[in-house]
Amino acid sequence: MSCLLQLRGIEKRFGSFAALRGVSLELRAGEIHALMGENGAGKSTLIKVITGVHQATGGSMEMAGRAHRPRRPQQAESAGISTVYQEVNLLPNLSIAENIMMGRQPMWGPFIRPVEGRRRARAALARLGLEVDVARPLGACAVALQQMAAIARALDQEARVLILDEPTSSLDAREVAELFAVLRRLRDQGMGILFVSHFLDQVYALSDRITVLRDGGGVGTWDVAELPRLDLVGHMIGKPVAARAAESARNEFRGRAAAGFFQVEQLERRGVAGPFAFGVEAGGATGLAGLLGSGRSELARMLFGIDPATSGKVRVDGREVALHSPRAAMAAGLAFCSEDRKVEGIVPSLSVRENIILALQASRGPLRRLPECEQAALAEKFIQALNIKTRGPETPMGTLSGGNQQKCLLARWMAVQPRLLILDEPTRGIDIGAKGEIEALCAELRRAGLAILFISGELDEVVRNCNQVVVLRDRRQAAVLEGGAISLQRIMETVAAA
Amino acid sequence: MNRRRSPLWWPLAALVALLAFNALASPGFFHLEWKEGRLYGTLVDIFNQGARVPMLLALGMTLVIATGGVDLSVGSLMAVSGAVAAMQVNAGASLGQAAGLGLLLSSGLGLANGWLIAKVRLQPIIATLVMMVAGRGLAMLLTGSQMVPFKDEGLRYLANGSLLGLPVPIYGVLGAALLTGWALRRSAWGLFIEATGDNETASRLAGVPTGGVRLLVYTFSGLCAGMAGLLEASNIAAADPARMGETRELDAIFAVVAGGAALTGGRFSLAGSLVGALLLQTLTLTLYNQNVPPAVAPVPKALVILGVCLLHSPKLREQMGRLRIFTPA
Repeated sequence: MSCLLQLRGIEKRFGSFAALRGVSLELRAGEIHALMGENGAGKSTLIKVITGVHQATGGSMEMAGRAHRPRRPQQAESAGISTVYQEVNLLPNLSIAENIMMGRQPMWGPFIRPVEGRRRARAALARLGLEVDVARPLGACAVALQQMAAIARALDQEARVLILDEPTSSLDAREVAELFAVLRRLRDQGMGILFVSHFLDQVYALSDRITVLRDGGGVGTWDVAELPRLDLVGHMIGKPVAARAAESARNEFRGRAAAGFFQVEQLERRGVAGPFAFGVEAGGATGLAGLLGSGRSELARMLFGIDPATSGKVRVDGREVALHSPRAAMAAGLAFCSEDRKVEGIVPSLSVRENIILALQASRGPLRRLPECEQAALAEKFIQALNIKTRGPETPMGTLSGGNQQKCLLARWMAVQPRLLILDEPTRGIDIGAKGEIEALCAELRRAGLAILFISGELDEVVRNCNQVVVLRDRRQAAVLEGGAISLQRIMETVAAA
Repeated sequence: MNRRRSPLWWPLAALVALLAFNALASPGFFHLEWKEGRLYGTLVDIFNQGARVPMLLALGMTLVIATGGVDLSVGSLMAVSGAVAAMQVNAGASLGQAAGLGLLLSSGLGLANGWLIAKVRLQPIIATLVMMVAGRGLAMLLTGSQMVPFKDEGLRYLANGSLLGLPVPIYGVLGAALLTGWALRRSAWGLFIEATGDNETASRLAGVPTGGVRLLVYTFSGLCAGMAGLLEASNIAAADPARMGETRELDAIFAVVAGGAALTGGRFSLAGSLVGALLLQTLTLTLYNQNVPPAVAPVPKALVILGVCLLHSPKLREQMGRLRIFTPA
């Protein structure tokens, strides 16, 4: 097989910090190559060097035998390298077609040819097996479709190298399967695909070879068949996998949800999701399992009063509570970590300390300000306890990595000492090490009597952590599984049942 | 060089540079004189003739801009409060009643701004543009489109009196600024305002009363406009419903931006905005002293404002930081 993109000893320094120190990688034509590593290992930086967002400070690159030194993303694109970034960076008010064709619109003199643009956009989406109205504004589409549009945009560029940074984090199982079928077809046509993902299953299902980065250096490249999963994880974190704190918590727990302090009765938001009925026991973990779009997040948003229920009741300690706003939900002892960290979680230019105390201060009201020293003590305590990597409590939140931002948000909600913590995809887009830490943390919180409502697209995570699972299908409750009845098999069967 | 400068640095540096220029170019600029029990001099004039109204307006505008909004109605609200107070004293009301009613009305209209923005969810620029037109109309309606001269000594004292040798408005403006700063530090409103401006959705989901924050800042901006209106009317012993406060909202926005706040909301600095207001007035006076014709004066003013704003831009500073590599340490 011919080598398409060759990287030799790539180095990248930001000031005195070396983000990449001598990474070599070889992407062949007609292969899917997985790039693995923990958060901060240098995956994103490496991709940005290849695509011309950053310039390497050392080493050399060759694209199809010619030196590759992009100074701008456009230069990498014209060299045949297309990229789909993790966060969908498209324009929500423009149509799907306009987003796909942006910057490369077919022109007639100074005029855009909209009909031709829509035709080409449809063609690009058709290669993904999608048939949609390309004149619709992108913002009105599901996140999954937006992601597909980003990939279609890359496909339209006649690229020879396609780079996908976490392309599946917002897709459901069926969409992932469709995407993979497309990627395999592209591979068979001779395209070289560089694929970044935190989902081990997907990496093993899709890729031909794996390159592992750790702390900015290349650990090595292996054929998938020669690298068992445990070895891969070991290479990524540089040590054997940590103990399974989460699983032991699950086995310890003997509560009965039916008698729980938190009861949901026929809760429904008309036209959106429901009805739901289940109970949550102090110290218990309830998982919400189902495909993307099955109503998991909708239920969470109903409970936290963001999109309040239109009928049904919620009782806390037998007393009915009206969850009509986030503030009311907080007063009832609820806390909610949104799946959308960037839009609904972090306050980027405020400091880590201010982000951590924000919800606690809000629950005290504006007039009873937390004293400065208490704020500092709280921030210091959580930075230590959750092992948050930051230069200090006064560092702006926006400069932290995704996993550390997530930990700060957990700290924000732990600080208010809620009785029920709703976690919507708390481990999305963060690395295995941090995932394990967050799971262990949840287990610890439960031992202290906190109940957790846990939403995750990764079913084994749900199975591992929860003592009760509410299975959702088509925006309503399909079943409630408890204790020993919880297994991957049972959940899958319930989800798939007609 | 320290890497993270206080946001006050650039406006303050520009102000000091301007004062230094004046010290060289126009002798007597720093000359202060004690006459008839009060202080006279150019420095006093900078504050007393020009900066006090933009400074008051900038207090409210800083908080509004920190939430990511803007308040275009402050000029009109000045006219409303000035007109009401003038009519009240003419009708025989006491100073307290007249001023109180003026402030109450301007705060109420500010609250209406906040309601339109927080509850009806109009864009701040639209809601306050509506209020800018409506407020001016209200002032004209109340006065029958006529100037309202008054002779009340109490109301005149507000702008023209002196206390312990210094003009009364100095105490008013500094008192309002210190009180505001103190209240924001003592309570959590400062944090809530910054959080709302930086990421409203995340703040709301964290339980921050974002609607209350908006009501508060627009009401406060209305209150500040009301105080400025009293001062302006007091200064000329008349309320002019048509002209009073015109384009003052732009001065206030300039002051806040020159003070280092971003129009997108987030971090704010009251002190920065006050220095920004002083900077603008010093500049105006400097141009006047240098005999720059009034018709040309706005051009250098615009250039200085542009310069200060550019110095605040992180991107430009980064590039200047790079340049520093080539200069020997």
